[in-house]
Amino acid sequence: MQNSTLTSLIYDARYRGYFFQVLILFLLAFGMWWLVDNTVTNLADRGKSVGFGFLTAAAGFQISDTLGTWVMDYNVGDSTYLDVYFIGIINTFLVAILGIIGATFIGFSVGIMRLSRNFVVRSFATVYIELLRNIPLLLQLFFWYFAVLRALPSKREKIDIIPDVIGVNITGLYLPAPLPHSGFIYSVIAFVVAVGITLAMKRWAENRQAETGQRFPVLWTSVAVIAGFTLITFLATGSPLEWTFPEFKIDGPILRRGFQSGSGMVLVPEMMAVWLALTLYTAAFIAEIVRAGILAIAKGQTEAAYSIGMRPGMTLRLIIIPQALRVIIPPLTSQYLNLTKNSSLAVAIAYPELVSVFAGTALNQVGKEIEMIFMMMMVYLTFSLLTAAFMNWFNSRVKLVER
Amino acid sequence: MTKPHKFIRTEDAPLLPPPATEAGITGWLWQNIFASMADFHSPMAALRSLFMIFFTLLLVYVFVDQTYGLLDFAIFSAVFTDPETLKREACWTVAQGGSLPEGWHAACWPFVWAKQKFALFGPYPEESLWRVYVSLFLGAIGLAWVLLERMPYRKHVGVLMLTAYPLITFILLTGGNSDTSFGSVGIWIITGLALISIGRMAQAGHLGSLLNDLSGIFGVLGWSIVILNAIRGIVAIDFNLQPVGTGDWGGLLITLVVAVTGIVASLPLGIVLALGRRSNMPVISILCTIFIEFWRGVPLITVLFMASVMLPLFLPAGVNFDNLLRALIGVMLFSAAYMAEVVRGGLQAIDKGQYEGAQAMGLSYWQMMRLIILPQALTHVIPGIVNTFIGLFKDTTLVSIVGIFDLLGAGQSAIADAAWSTPVQAITIYLYIGGIFFIFCFGMSRYSIYMENKLSKSRSH
Amino acid sequence: MASNSENGTAAASKMQVTDDVMISMEKVNKWYGNFHVLRDINLTVNKGERIVICGPSGSGKSTLIRCLNRLEEHQAGTITVQGITLNNDLKNIDEIRREVGMVFQHFNLFPHLTILENCTLAPIWVRRMPKAEAEEIAMQYLERVKIPEQAHKYPGQLSGGQQQRVAIARSLCMEPQLMLFDEPTSALDPEMIKEVLDTMVSLAEDGMSMICVTHEMGFARKVANRVIFMDEGQIIEEKEPEEFFNNPENERTQLFLSQILDH
Repeated sequence: MQNSTLTSLIYDARYRGYFFQVLILFLLAFGMWWLVDNTVTNLADRGKSVGFGFLTAAAGFQISDTLGTWVMDYNVGDSTYLDVYFIGIINTFLVAILGIIGATFIGFSVGIMRLSRNFVVRSFATVYIELLRNIPLLLQLFFWYFAVLRALPSKREKIDIIPDVIGVNITGLYLPAPLPHSGFIYSVIAFVVAVGITLAMKRWAENRQAETGQRFPVLWTSVAVIAGFTLITFLATGSPLEWTFPEFKIDGPILRRGFQSGSGMVLVPEMMAVWLALTLYTAAFIAEIVRAGILAIAKGQTEAAYSIGMRPGMTLRLIIIPQALRVIIPPLTSQYLNLTKNSSLAVAIAYPELVSVFAGTALNQVGKEIEMIFMMMMVYLTFSLLTAAFMNWFNSRVKLVER
Repeated sequence: MTKPHKFIRTEDAPLLPPPATEAGITGWLWQNIFASMADFHSPMAALRSLFMIFFTLLLVYVFVDQTYGLLDFAIFSAVFTDPETLKREACWTVAQGGSLPEGWHAACWPFVWAKQKFALFGPYPEESLWRVYVSLFLGAIGLAWVLLERMPYRKHVGVLMLTAYPLITFILLTGGNSDTSFGSVGIWIITGLALISIGRMAQAGHLGSLLNDLSGIFGVLGWSIVILNAIRGIVAIDFNLQPVGTGDWGGLLITLVVAVTGIVASLPLGIVLALGRRSNMPVISILCTIFIEFWRGVPLITVLFMASVMLPLFLPAGVNFDNLLRALIGVMLFSAAYMAEVVRGGLQAIDKGQYEGAQAMGLSYWQMMRLIILPQALTHVIPGIVNTFIGLFKDTTLVSIVGIFDLLGAGQSAIADAAWSTPVQAITIYLYIGGIFFIFCFGMSRYSIYMENKLSKSRSH
Repeated sequence: MASNSENGTAAASKMQVTDDVMISMEKVNKWYGNFHVLRDINLTVNKGERIVICGPSGSGKSTLIRCLNRLEEHQAGTITVQGITLNNDLKNIDEIRREVGMVFQHFNLFPHLTILENCTLAPIWVRRMPKAEAEEIAMQYLERVKIPEQAHKYPGQLSGGQQQRVAIARSLCMEPQLMLFDEPTSALDPEMIKEVLDTMVSLAEDGMSMICVTHEMGFARKVANRVIFMDEGQIIEEKEPEEFFNNPENERTQLFLSQILDH
């Protein structure tokens, strides 16, 4: 009877699952159709079309000097919106990597300070962490940009960090720019070879220790080998690296005074503000992760190691840190991902990273919201998925073997 | 062969006071400060001790210097009043045209007092501000009631806070008196009641066995319609309040509205998503996972852009969306994904035996979740929920980028006011706003730690 | 005892206590903050002796033996181990820790290393032994504690009793002169206590000096030269096992024994 068939669909444990899933898929398909239908109608009403053709059109706006514009060789009126897209990605990447390096360094230091027996050191770290974690990142960014960097001298003056070499004013931080000549490639090769030698040396030292028990100072010799090898090659090929120093004009017509563009390398204040804010903010979270990771290792491990005669340095290296890293690395990778996503806040101070340059300026000019926001989200989703894949791989690799 | 040793204590050894390095103030000073500096047994140890001494002195110097600098900036050298309404000139040095000595660099508080109402409430009309005060007051009392353990009827107040309070606040803040006609509300309510009655009759068996089995659906549908329209109806009542659109809200008010709405809405959605992700049905599990990972994988700013730019495209032509509502939807979806992960962690921590015990008693899936699993899981992750709220509270600053006037946006617009232009304009207002955020977030994080300690103590292992 | 009847005088001489003083504790006092946890401890342990320390919880038994390998610091009095004074000198501490092994209540095996690696870690890194030699010694001791087949497993894969035996082997691989046991069977399920105690008994029969903090009175009767009762940080009574159990003189000792021996 029809009665029992319908009710059996709902109540029979075997079919109930299928029934609901089919129902959900059906509802989902209907919902999607409704959304798409609305979108198409609305787009037609506004006279817009869907397509990625705009990517080959020339972009007509200026972008500040950054790594992205340098790599993509940006020219107003010449480069396309696709170039703008890549510039955004490169600049995001740049500030993310620099931020990750800075945040890891500061974060680990502060985290270890937080564990110190010394009250002063411990409190300092605590104040740092609590202060930076409880104030929004955007506010910190505004603070660095509008309050601190604005206080730098104006365009016609400067502060010398190293006279004639590194200087800073409100237009940016000026550093010498490296200009490699033809023989430079040999130094790079020498570096890579030296690293290879170091790895082989490490392997050899391990075997030696396994056989004879004697230990070899791998760390110092590696540093010496890498530095020495590279340096000797560099000098032998005639030091093929020229530096252009930033030029600062003091006299002449007023409008021409100040740092000359094209001389040396410039870090625009937007980038400095973004880097400072991201680094210090994320470092506070990393510090807590490091502290939790080290505390997670039971005290008994240290005691057991001491009781068989291992010294504190050895214990740290062979027992504590391997176990602590297992606990630290997954949330650490999450923080790296957060840092990368937080770089999107730079849109508020017009640092030309992906959101600012593509979903901001370019979107205003082109107006193709769906395509552009989709392209932008794809970049971040790719970062996220790669990070998640890495974390899963890492966790499965270092999982403690249990019954 | 040695003689066997034998000893019997006849008198207790005296209980002696500890040496100075162990207890009391000297003990604390030694253990916490000087112990790490006094080890000179070997060259390495001596080097470490010297470094510690130097580093400690450096940190003390930095700390004292910065703290004094801050206090000096904010209190000692600050300007507090502007009796002659000079505005920016009240905070100018002699060289700039004011009356303060050379080298003065401290807070200009009259600037903050002038902008304060704006920063806290935005352009909300002055004469209706009492409504905002009432909402905040009710909210504070309700929150305190739910959080303090000694209060009676905590659960009831909690339910009220989640249901009646948002409605009351909405009416108070917007003024109620919406355009809905009472006629249409009435018709819907009657329809809903009819459905409920059909459901009751079907359950009693009067309408045949098919409808008997489906009676649950009638009940759910009917009650939803009744409740929804009751809300529409209440909101449409004319309480004689001046209407204040969301465009006139701003500052801290917006920050609180966005954060609280985000959290309150994301909790049920997050629970559903977490349960869905753990479901045995692959379609539901995959859909929920994709949903969660999508919102967690993109920055909030892109979500806000998407909401403000693309929502009008997704909805039928003519449906006009309030700007604030778009941002709220974006925030809700975003935080629901994070909340889902937090709840999922709690669900995973529940021992499998709890599920089995509930099933053995014959409870249905939803009964088991509602009565046994979720109460335990949610209690377990209260610290995680509070941390998500702290993050959300800080993230509300991003709405200023999509044109919604929150606390930080108010600060930025205050800085742009040329009438108050001084070198310390930006720092002063940032100090003020940063202070407000710090108080809220630090307070919440202390509560989270308190809850965490309490929960771990009550765990039986 | 079984081994005595097998080997007669040979075993008896193995269990003989010598006149060499191994550990000397004089007027040792320790405080945790305001709490006076060790009061006027005076104790001498000769080479070859087996000491069992018992007492109610909080009496300072664990603290006492942890002072012997500097896991805890004493604030007054002198402790000498094998002639080396225990003070802040790191070289002394290192030497003492090489000569003294310790087995913990919660095993404290290193979970990220295999059983074999747990045992060879210290010989390789502290005594600078070649790997092959260290592994040989480790396998010998793993056979001694009767679990050589587990060498390549990880601690998480073993039962509690097996883990504790590995912990004993790990300490033995440094070939210490003295073994300290801190409630080695308190965290074990009942059916695994016997295997660990048997291992400890066979160690004693081989002449290892040991100090055990334990509640296992059967073990004390079998193996100990002296049983020490501690309460509230002081040594209350110290006697040979037979006299200790049959004829306790201090009333606190009598109370304690009545509590643990009756059930």
